[in-house]
Amino acid sequence: MRNIVAFPLLLLAVILQSSVVSQVKLLSGYADLPLLILGAWALQKRVKSAWHWAALGCLMIGFVSAMPWPVLVLNYLAVVFIAQTLQRRVWQAPLLAMFSIAFMGTLLLNFLSYVVLSVLGTSFVFADVIGLITLPSLLLNMLFSIPVYTFMRDLARWVYPTEEYE
Amino acid sequence: MNSRSLQTTIVFLVIGGILALALGGFFGSASRQFSSVLVELQTWVSSRYLGIQDFVTAPRDIVSLRARNVELEAQVSQLQTQVIELQQRVNETEILAALVDFSRSNPESTYKAASVIGRDPSPFLHYIIINRGSNDDIRRGMPVVTNQGLVGRIDAVIADAARVQLITDPASSINVYLQNAETDAVLFGSVTGDVSLDMISQDSSVEPGDLILTSGLGGGYPSDLIIGQVVTMRSLEFELFQQATVQPAVDFTRLDIVLVITNFRPVDITPLVP
Repeated sequence: MRNIVAFPLLLLAVILQSSVVSQVKLLSGYADLPLLILGAWALQKRVKSAWHWAALGCLMIGFVSAMPWPVLVLNYLAVVFIAQTLQRRVWQAPLLAMFSIAFMGTLLLNFLSYVVLSVLGTSFVFADVIGLITLPSLLLNMLFSIPVYTFMRDLARWVYPTEEYE
Repeated sequence: MNSRSLQTTIVFLVIGGILALALGGFFGSASRQFSSVLVELQTWVSSRYLGIQDFVTAPRDIVSLRARNVELEAQVSQLQTQVIELQQRVNETEILAALVDFSRSNPESTYKAASVIGRDPSPFLHYIIINRGSNDDIRRGMPVVTNQGLVGRIDAVIADAARVQLITDPASSINVYLQNAETDAVLFGSVTGDVSLDMISQDSSVEPGDLILTSGLGGGYPSDLIIGQVVTMRSLEFELFQQATVQPAVDFTRLDIVLVITNFRPVDITPLVP
């Protein structure tokens, strides 16, 4: 039942992303809060609702952003998949897994955005995309991933309290 | 004369003598030394007394001072909040006054003011979100301006909000007119937020500083909206067209309030394109 916290949390994340995080720029790149939240949530061992959260995140971001929705759907679902795979294999070093998710998720999002927007007719200079968006976004996502992971770990303990005593 | 009156006389004589010597200035150095010792003694006693007095009364003063300090700090923070609020209102009023001036000087259009409440979550796209939507008769394709110039156009609308594609968006292309050179060109956005001109005829003589206006061609925007100025030109003989970099008139990093031109309906020429 406590899973319902996904609605206000993701809504808040989307609002923060749109109004605050998108203003905190490093060159032309900025962090992706919903991506980090979904990745950190899917990394938690006891969490079983990561796919639902990802679907909800896609819906909310897709509502606000002009980005074609397949990019968001593919990226967020891929992030959850990667996180769950890593959680099973790198379970002893969760922060390392979180960094890996931030790294791979950002690269994937940028790659998908670049490909899909290029196919739709927008012209990009590849060097600009790498130097001004991808690398700064990577750095910011890495920086943000530590507090986001800590917060989501505490949230997971609150949402799934009974399993803590087993 | 008995011994008692003799004593009295001697005492008076001694005192009189001392007074006479003192008045004559013969005791100057002795009296200075005496007075300096007296002053030092007085100072020492006074400072010790004040120290003891401070020690006795200080705790009470500290408590009252702390209470007063807390009170004043609360007052200061309240006043600072008020100053910030008033500053915001002043800024908002200045922006609104400039927008009102702009709308008065362009009476052919009708405007609806809107606040910028967000930006697109993706760094690949340059869109803003405004707090006016279809409930305020905002429709897709309407141009968005500030008193400085063109901002973009409405891309998507819901009941109480709309998304605006900025002219800096990489997918944005606008037909423009270079006033001094009297030639047409196309303005493109980019992922970095810079805007540039392309499709400038090789025959045209475009100079840095030339004013760029919307041409109205294509029906996407009304004509004669200010966009910016030419900064640098790039002209190569083997290329079909010249290119130019542009300094936009609008500061896109500080967009707070914008105007939507509500009496402009974009023309969809897609069916006419072969």
